[in-house]
Amino acid sequence: MSHENMNLTLKVWRQKNKDAKGNFETHQVKEVSPDMSFLEMFDVLNERLITEGKDPIAFDHDCREGICGMCSMFIDGRPHGPVKGVTTCQLHMRSFKDGDTVVVEPWRSAAFPVVKDLAVNRSAFDRIIAAGGFVSVNTGNSKDANNILIPKDEADDAFNAAACIGCGACVATCKNGSAMLFVSAKVSQLALLPQGQVERENRVLGMVAQMDEEGFGTCTVTGACEVECPKGISLENIARMNREYVAASAKKKD
Amino acid sequence: MASSPKLNSRIPEGPMEHKWTKYRSTVHLINPANKRSLEVIVVGSGLAGASAAASLAEMGYKVKVFCFQDSPRRAHSIAAQGGINAAKNYQNDGDSVYRLFYDTVKGGDYRSREANVHRLSEVSGNIIDQCVAQGVPFAREYGGTLSNRSFGGVLVQRTFYAAGQTGQQLLLGAYSALQRQVGMGAAKLYTRHEMLDVVVIDGKARGIIARDLITGKLERHFGHAVILASGGYGNVFYLSTNAMGCNVTAAWKAHKKGAFFANPCYTQIHPTCIPVSGDHQSKLTLMSESLRNDGRIWVPKKQGDTRKANEIPEEERDYYLERRYPAFGNLVPRDVASRAAKERCDAGYGVGASKMAVYLDFSANMMRYGQIEANKQSLHNPTKEQIRELGMAVVKEKYGNLFDMYKQITNENPYEVPMRIYPAVHYTMGGLWVDYNLMTTVPGLYALGEANFSDHGANRLGASALMQGLADGYFVIPYTISDYLSGEIRTKAIATDNEAFVKTEAEVQERINKLMNVKGTKSVDHFHKALGKIMWNKCGMARNAQGLKEAIEEIKQLRLEFWKNVRVTGEQNEFNPELEKAGRVADFLELGELMCIDALHRNESCGGHFREEYQTTDGEAQRDDDNFAYVAAWEMKEISNWELNKEELKFESIKLAQRNYAS
Ligand SMILES: Cc1cc2nc3c(=O)[nH]c(=O)nc-3n(C[C@H](O)[C@H](O)[C@H](O)COP(=O)(O)OP(=O)(O)OC[C@H]3O[C@@H](n4cnc5c(N)ncnc54)[C@H](O)[C@@H]3O)c2cc1C
Ligand code: SF4
Ligand code: FES
Repeated sequence: MSHENMNLTLKVWRQKNKDAKGNFETHQVKEVSPDMSFLEMFDVLNERLITEGKDPIAFDHDCREGICGMCSMFIDGRPHGPVKGVTTCQLHMRSFKDGDTVVVEPWRSAAFPVVKDLAVNRSAFDRIIAAGGFVSVNTGNSKDANNILIPKDEADDAFNAAACIGCGACVATCKNGSAMLFVSAKVSQLALLPQGQVERENRVLGMVAQMDEEGFGTCTVTGACEVECPKGISLENIARMNREYVAASAKKKD
Repeated sequence: MASSPKLNSRIPEGPMEHKWTKYRSTVHLINPANKRSLEVIVVGSGLAGASAAASLAEMGYKVKVFCFQDSPRRAHSIAAQGGINAAKNYQNDGDSVYRLFYDTVKGGDYRSREANVHRLSEVSGNIIDQCVAQGVPFAREYGGTLSNRSFGGVLVQRTFYAAGQTGQQLLLGAYSALQRQVGMGAAKLYTRHEMLDVVVIDGKARGIIARDLITGKLERHFGHAVILASGGYGNVFYLSTNAMGCNVTAAWKAHKKGAFFANPCYTQIHPTCIPVSGDHQSKLTLMSESLRNDGRIWVPKKQGDTRKANEIPEEERDYYLERRYPAFGNLVPRDVASRAAKERCDAGYGVGASKMAVYLDFSANMMRYGQIEANKQSLHNPTKEQIRELGMAVVKEKYGNLFDMYKQITNENPYEVPMRIYPAVHYTMGGLWVDYNLMTTVPGLYALGEANFSDHGANRLGASALMQGLADGYFVIPYTISDYLSGEIRTKAIATDNEAFVKTEAEVQERINKLMNVKGTKSVDHFHKALGKIMWNKCGMARNAQGLKEAIEEIKQLRLEFWKNVRVTGEQNEFNPELEKAGRVADFLELGELMCIDALHRNESCGGHFREEYQTTDGEAQRDDDNFAYVAAWEMKEISNWELNKEELKFESIKLAQRNYAS
């Protein structure tokens, strides 16, 4: 490949558990290949820490393909690091230069308590989905799939909203710690589809109420979330959700 | 050959087309009030687990769901790319339940159980209906109907998809159905929990021991029945397309508690993955089989050709799949395509720096699509560049996320140069032996999805794992579990201070202590990588008796060394990913041996199991139906000591034949 191997300085957040006070720890990593992923660089560092008898750095990851939403590192002040449209696991070391100092922190949000080091707990998202992010249809009582015709454009829009991986980067980057982008993606997907119509109002009211209860902040439309979302979930979804919410609230009052 | 008396497959009587219908209308039912006091544990929240848990909770059972990720939505199923099969015949191309059944049995190289596969084909259409009703945004045509694509090993278009994110969309559908039940209190979630043993009381599965991965505490959970939907064990090879956490632990613990393990050696090596780039490699990335719809696979005709792909003229390219298999071309089944790639690379025709890769080239189809678009838009005399641009847009819409991923990983632009690909471990057809009810040899213990062995024989066709996972969870287990639970309505919930729970928990605790106390010098990954190398070299794409015998000895040695010299850092009563990995690798070190034993005993080649000693003169797999038309179900006596039980495979509806994809 084009570049040579590089040496980097990492400043990594260490925190024993949710109640402990954390601090930054500095590590040198040498001979980093530009073809490595960011997480593979952490694997190499952890391997060394283990050999030295030290505690390796805990971080979340699973698919390493940018789809499970598990990986979650706040790199140099940006969730998932410097490259747009990419999760931490798909970030490659060719995006860094020899001699760089890289600061790595967990997602920071009141609603996402730290589990250990760089791993956080995002169960709040599951509870928001449980509050309405579904179509109430029991197994077995559906008609032939092609009886529901959906214009391609609408299906595509719904798909684009459904592409959210639930990683929480939007929350981590937001100065208010708002979960609006995540919630609006699900509300939009189902509002755009005929299957979602019946429960449209209850859905948005239920999900927003749960979002507030979980301690996420309010949205002041800074737009930071859209910039950092690895799946390109658009701010339009927030606008759509606001309309849905206003309409549903008005109807409830009637 | 007769089946072992220990294996009762419980296949219903009657003609193939009526077995399932008849079963459904005669299975015992349970009244709603009784359902409310029956508790079911589901380990796993992938397609199989989430769909089962949601459906059972809807029916009124009390359900507990476990997964080791921080949310059920992150189960490995989320990563499935290409699509899901169903015999809908929406394309009017001659598809039918029978054809899907036939393709699956043939694709599996005649090593699967007909009755299960037929049921799978029958319910396949319901899955699509169910998912659409949930709001799963499948790809659509301009007329608003669902769109289909082709997958390998078949001549019809029956694969439904959502760009390259089909697994994600299907799993989010099942997950939302599950969350709805969680919200209503009918199902309870245990995320970041790892099941570490099954509790068996009077011969029946009655619960599990799980570790809370955040606090490290062991917990006891009772269930009238336990369902394992814990996925496949491809990570025994260390490098695979599976997510990092995929493991065999749940299935393996069940195996040690009496559940037979079937066909462990049947591993699927997927032909189109991004090649290894260096020693740091932690996993391999799949490039979906759907790409073979539009990508042509080739290598240079000249050995050791060092020219760039674009510099090699058309007539100097060997489209070896099209050459060897004219009828199916680039869409032969995976086992065939993988072996053919290995054959070319071993013979010195490989490409790229490592020479262990072949090209997957989209240029021809990009031009073809471009031309169609140009016609649609009535462009007169478009330039070649214009056509390419138009074609690129079409390809982007179909596979954009995969192309982006390829570029991100390799730093090469696949719109400009062909992809370099090589086979990688992808899926495990083997798994816990189950009967027609999906029950293992331990009463009350079920296995669903990739964790069981049931439907794919010796080779799985593309887009059929998602189908099977959802069939098992949505449409099979809700019926078959009542066959068992209807006999349990008088069983009161067993208190978890029962001695079986106490004893099993103590065993789990002892194993954790043992792992923590080795305090050796080598990391868990060190052992995992070493095991992976043995497995890939000697129990991988091609196997032979000599290598397998060596592998068995090497694995035993490695296991000894692991228990003498592994270093597990940190504490047990905290979040400790190293400890989690250590437990999983310890289980892989036992499973690996069994896989080699199974591969060694099967003196034939079939599907993903290719024994070099058994091949035709053209290098195709040579089956031995007289001696090996059976499921090998292994019963563990103790470590390194297994007893073979055979389930005879009877082919009543489909005639046994040599697979032929050439004509
Ligand atoms: C990259 C890739 C692409 C694929 N693409 C396709 C495709 O296009 N079409 C297709 O048909 N198939 C595809 N497959 C195969 C398919 O995705 C899998 O076979 C299928 O999703 C498995 O589903 P599952 O529900 O059985 O298990 P999984 O989705 O693997 O879920 C396993 C679950 O079990 C849990 N678990 C495991 N062990 C424990 C334990 N000890 N304690 C607690 N919980 C545990 C996990 O947390 C997880 O929730 C693909 C596979 C890969 C790797
Ligand atoms: S909206 Fe984007 S950033 Fe937020 S959770 Fe979804 S994918 Fe992640
Ligand atoms: S590890 Fe799955 S998205 Fe990064």
